[in-house]
Amino acid sequence: MQHSVRMRYLSNTADQRAEMLETIGVSDAEAFLERIPAKARLGRDLTVPPALAESELVAHVRALAESNAHAADYACFLGGGAYDHYVPSVINHLLLRSEFFTAYTPYQPEASQGTLRSIYEYQTMICELTGMDVTNASIYDGGSALAEAALMAHAVTEREQIVVSRAVSPLARQVVAAYCAGPRLPIKTVPWADGATDLDALQKAVSDKTAAVMIQYPNFFGCLEDLDAAAAVAHERGALFVVAVDPIALAVLRPPGEAGADIVVGEGQGLGNHLAFGGPYLGLFSCRKELVRRMPGRLVGATVDRDGQRGFVLTLQTREQHIRREKATSNICTNVALVALAATVYLALMGKEGLRKVAALSTAKAHYAAEALGRVPGVSRRFGAPFFKEFALRLPKSPDRVLRALRKRKVLGGIALGQFDRSLRDCLLVAVTETRTRAEIDAYAEALAGVVG
Amino acid sequence: MANYPVDLRYTQEHEWARVEGRRARVGVTHYAQDQLGDVVFVELPKVGTRVRHMQSFGVVESVKAVSDLFAPLSGEVAEVNQSLTEHPEQVNQDPYGAGWLIVIEMSDPKELDALMNAADYEAYLQKAGGGH
Amino acid sequence: MSAYDKLIFELSVPGRVGYSLPDADVPEADPARLLPTAHLRARPAALPEVSEVDVVRHYTRLSRMNYGVDTHFYPLGSCTMKYNPKLNEDMARLPGFARLHPLTPDDATQGALQLMGTLADLLAEIVGMDAVSLQPAAGAQGELGGVLIVRAYHLDREGSPRKKVLVPDSAHGTNPASTTIAGYETILLKSDTNGEVDLLDLERNLDEDVAAFMITVPNTLGLFESRILEITEMCHAKGTQVYMDGANLNALLGITRPGDLGFDVVHMNLHKTFTTPHGGGGPGAGPVGIKEHLEPFLPVPVPTRDGDRYRLDWKRPKSIGKLQSFWGNFGMLVRAYAYIRTMGPDGLRAVSEHAILNANYIKARLQADYDLPYPGHCMHEVVFSARRQKRHGVAATDIAKRLLDLGFYAPSIYFPLIVEEALMIEPTETESKETIDDFCDAMIRIAREAETAPETLLAAPVTTPVRRLDQTLAARQPNLRWTGGPSPTASRSSAAPGPGRSVVR
Repeated sequence: MQHSVRMRYLSNTADQRAEMLETIGVSDAEAFLERIPAKARLGRDLTVPPALAESELVAHVRALAESNAHAADYACFLGGGAYDHYVPSVINHLLLRSEFFTAYTPYQPEASQGTLRSIYEYQTMICELTGMDVTNASIYDGGSALAEAALMAHAVTEREQIVVSRAVSPLARQVVAAYCAGPRLPIKTVPWADGATDLDALQKAVSDKTAAVMIQYPNFFGCLEDLDAAAAVAHERGALFVVAVDPIALAVLRPPGEAGADIVVGEGQGLGNHLAFGGPYLGLFSCRKELVRRMPGRLVGATVDRDGQRGFVLTLQTREQHIRREKATSNICTNVALVALAATVYLALMGKEGLRKVAALSTAKAHYAAEALGRVPGVSRRFGAPFFKEFALRLPKSPDRVLRALRKRKVLGGIALGQFDRSLRDCLLVAVTETRTRAEIDAYAEALAGVVG
Repeated sequence: MANYPVDLRYTQEHEWARVEGRRARVGVTHYAQDQLGDVVFVELPKVGTRVRHMQSFGVVESVKAVSDLFAPLSGEVAEVNQSLTEHPEQVNQDPYGAGWLIVIEMSDPKELDALMNAADYEAYLQKAGGGH
Repeated sequence: MSAYDKLIFELSVPGRVGYSLPDADVPEADPARLLPTAHLRARPAALPEVSEVDVVRHYTRLSRMNYGVDTHFYPLGSCTMKYNPKLNEDMARLPGFARLHPLTPDDATQGALQLMGTLADLLAEIVGMDAVSLQPAAGAQGELGGVLIVRAYHLDREGSPRKKVLVPDSAHGTNPASTTIAGYETILLKSDTNGEVDLLDLERNLDEDVAAFMITVPNTLGLFESRILEITEMCHAKGTQVYMDGANLNALLGITRPGDLGFDVVHMNLHKTFTTPHGGGGPGAGPVGIKEHLEPFLPVPVPTRDGDRYRLDWKRPKSIGKLQSFWGNFGMLVRAYAYIRTMGPDGLRAVSEHAILNANYIKARLQADYDLPYPGHCMHEVVFSARRQKRHGVAATDIAKRLLDLGFYAPSIYFPLIVEEALMIEPTETESKETIDDFCDAMIRIAREAETAPETLLAAPVTTPVRRLDQTLAARQPNLRWTGGPSPTASRSSAAPGPGRSVVR
């Protein structure tokens, strides 16, 4: 009954399989399937296309890849939570060391010191950027990290209401809503005014039923929020202050830890990882040391071995699903180790000086672009709040049409905001990283003038 | 062997209670700490918290396990063993002495009758296959 | 033996650089002049100052402290540590995928959307379901998504999500954890003496308050639930949805399908069955397959085909919403797609056949030396108990550590919880008979050592970069980041660190 398939990922030959059956004492491998009810047996081949040889597969997949408008062919000004920062070539070479990428979760620490040490370094670096005491080994992405923060705040404060600014990414807010549905945590959103959270409205929204106050820094529109004021509103009422960050921005911006954040989450994709059409990304999660035992996700800690040598292990594991089960801090079982490794190598390469330069170049070019594009007749900056590397423009013509025309000039001009907020349907969200050249920005301005003129 | 002191009362969840007037001092038994392994952290309620007979009042965490702590008696938490924050190992080293967890101001001392004495507890452990 | 023991911060030399960035080509480049002072950082983050050479050497040396599938056999039960095809890495890195922004308009991402749509169809066929969501980032998130879909279904039909989810006591920890996040109470069901679900216990607990029954097939003992058709029927009679944890799908490809067994929902682990690399702990991907009646509740957006064009469909008023900010772990989806297209139907079927044969061969070779709690043929994994070795003072963890010295990674230990001193072994289909024979020889040697020289096992591992680590110290005095201070020191001699195990009360 066995298909005799000869395939490069299957080592055993028909002869070897016959030997193994003999050792087992069975004449037909069908015997192993005897517990499966006969009427549940598939009884036919899977309706899946026949196997492709490697060269055929490459040709097929390449065609799928090449038909997309990607950042190697187009000047990419898209942001909204994913950014085209430069990825140094070293990263790929180190990630492809198979001891890193074919390794398992480090439950046997003696055989996993490479992974464990790099995670400890990652935890340290993110603490430095966020100004927080503890960082976990990573969660899936920024959106799910924010959602986990809401659940954690609920568990810690034993309160139910989650207050979140509408200047937080609408996509991340949808993830928060999905996670809060099970425990039925009511979510109250707070409007923005001129690109930043309306602090009066925030004050009115927070009560002693509030578990968490959540804002984003820089926010979805790229604008800077008043962290101190928001922290005060949260803490006055005993709620936790949660900030969602862009780690690159934190190279020059004030770390939320200094403003009194209780939990800091964020999207780490920009740290040495490609856009990859949305994933896998990197959920940053840090908190104050008093809250460490309520934090979801894995943690790596330093210790010693029998000989007194330094070593690293997964620690505080009893909080996690495989032990605590239904009372676990979360159900999370993987972290995004490889993505976090890329971020760690990136931060090591950039270093103290380089990351500041990436941030400085990004904000410098973004400000230059805001001016250049804002000078196009009929185009204006939508918000007055200070911004970091992203800004919203008001256009005299439909953003979707403008974007299509720009694409013909090999420019991915930005995100049409109407899909997220009807009141902004005449607006475009433009992001600029250190990889955009002045020439590209000038060409964009010129193309835009041509399109709206 | 004084693994199960005779002046204490025991629960099926392996807590012990020592009556001290209208109060009861509570901890976990030798069997519990042995099963848990090295205790790394104990989560205890604040003074003034109301506890109920056989309801969870906290958590004891070891390297390999985590367990709820169940109140042998109802009442109000009068004292909490703060030294366990720095020295959780006391639960392993001296479970009936320095490893005590909380003191409860009893609201219903008749609940003591529902608890086991040392002999019954040891018999209970034998049946569960764990007594030693 | 002194292994490499540096952290990147300890290699830092002030002024050293590892980056390469172009000069500013715009007139104003000073953030202090562009941003309000109140928002500026006072002190730079203390990141390392190292050269590219330092970085490469450091991380290369770290990598050599790891065991990986490319260097070692990884018999971890329920993890399916099979070979990770290198071709798939190349495909995921094609610029047309790697450099594609998720918010690029649909008409400019047709290739990516087509890949997603086709992959969803292929996975649906493989598991016998009507539709698949590719959004969940991992198996555990697939579980959460699946349970939230069931919740939305009950809420929509009955006005209430129901209250409970049933889970066998042999289940993986993520099952009860996911159920709790979805707002349900978890009820554990007993396993019978054959290791299968106790049907009487199921019957006793099934009522109209039960939203779902979550079960792994084959179960975590490597045994196929022979009465699964009865089980799914019993559940459906009460309107209870049946959820399959697809962690063990590697045993079923082309043989049977969850949809044909009566399941309403199944999640798949692309990092198990479909070869995407484990990466030292992730990323994974956990697509969820569902039957038609659950379709309205799928996460948004759904890659949808209209004729020969694809788009992301957001018009799903009954959707459970989003589990990730964007559309899923696309990089892992590319790898899984490449794998399925490489294997074809015969190849996929052969995967399960080889996997099952390999596991039964291990069972035959080791059953004289290790206790087998559930005799009879297994599927793709086999569970032994180290009970016999325990009598000599050797625990499952000691066997695991000794294997590391003998050149193998360890099997899963202490899982499932219902087996004492459990050793769960899943060879997968990509291992050769020679490797498996070497592994069995090593296990038999260890069984002998347990009787004649147990101290060898208790001292293991001795060949790894570090010896056994003090887990107690790590948990009592958490040191979770480098501070530049002195290294942790042993405060007392440590007991052998214990594995994770729940004291069930």
